[in-house]
Amino acid sequence: MSVTIRVGMAEYKAAKSPATLITLGLGSCVGVVLYDSISKVGGLAHVMLPDSNLSSKKDYNPGKFADTAIDALIRDMNRFGADKRNIVSKIAGGAQMFQIKSENNIMQIGKRNVEAVKAKLIQLNIRIIAEDVEGNYGRTIELYCKTGELTIKTIGHGNRIL
Amino acid sequence: MYTDLEIDALKEIGNIGAGNAATALSLLLSKKIIIKVPKIRVLPFDEVSKSVGGPEKLVVGIFMRISGDIDGNILMVISEQDAYNLTEILLNIKRDKDWSFSNMEKSALMELGNIVGSSYIVALSELTKLSLKISVPSLAFDMAGAIISFPLSLYGYLGDTAFLIDTEFCEGLDGIKLHYLLIPDDESLKLLLNAIGVNTSERNNPGGNGRV
Repeated sequence: MSVTIRVGMAEYKAAKSPATLITLGLGSCVGVVLYDSISKVGGLAHVMLPDSNLSSKKDYNPGKFADTAIDALIRDMNRFGADKRNIVSKIAGGAQMFQIKSENNIMQIGKRNVEAVKAKLIQLNIRIIAEDVEGNYGRTIELYCKTGELTIKTIGHGNRIL
Repeated sequence: MYTDLEIDALKEIGNIGAGNAATALSLLLSKKIIIKVPKIRVLPFDEVSKSVGGPEKLVVGIFMRISGDIDGNILMVISEQDAYNLTEILLNIKRDKDWSFSNMEKSALMELGNIVGSSYIVALSELTKLSLKISVPSLAFDMAGAIISFPLSLYGYLGDTAFLIDTEFCEGLDGIKLHYLLIPDDESLKLLLNAIGVNTSERNNPGGNGRV
């Protein structure tokens, strides 16, 4: 019996095979998936915003921001026995659900989340082996820690396995 | 987090906007429209999509951006079936397929959004004497979680909760329901309260700019 662990908005969770990590209805948020195929430990973060420096509070939840969620997730994965040197990543989400011209760039939060996640992964020297990002539709993603497979479900835009 | 007076004031703002919008909606559909007392919701992010049926529930979202003296977002959420029923009323057609919307149907729903949104904002503007503009509507037919997360995610810079004024419009006989969410940007909430003479205390202004 494998367990399915739900990762909510602004949360991050790590798990070991045969568990499954799932996050539902990603829109402008980005799902960051990390996987160590040797220890079969996986991690999933549901990132909402690009930059923790813009937070008005100092005691924020690290799961919200691209630049803090990934570090926190790796720490959790280490507890399950993952080795950072083996970790690779897959990313999904960052859609722009509504198309509206606006004088500021808040409409493009999805795209900016994707850029921030990529910059952080590069900084940590973690390879991005697959991605399914941007577009204008929502995604539900599921990581199987047994195989490292990531399934992506959409409504009307097909399903894929990364 | 908010005082009773502030909550009541915001409910009243919601009520006045919704009253005007309900009249417009009623004229548009030629149906009786009932509005419920607006709810002021301060919710953890993960619970927001639950309030409209769960993150994976298929819904129609109609989004408009408010700008001017205050900034904010309007999001209308309609369940899949209710949206189909609405297009039948708006276009006076009988639908045969129940799995997507034609461009004509999307356009009709956006126009409904436009009329409801504008009437709401006109009432709000008259009440507060603030100058408010509203963008053209944009429509998405997708998972509720994906649709609702965007206008709320900006609250992430302020804390772990989102703020929204939630008004439910119901069409009498067929029971069509429409969730109307007014989501002011952080600073705008204070301005909105000040505009109707409610002084906000310092703790309601977390001091962040929240802008991105």
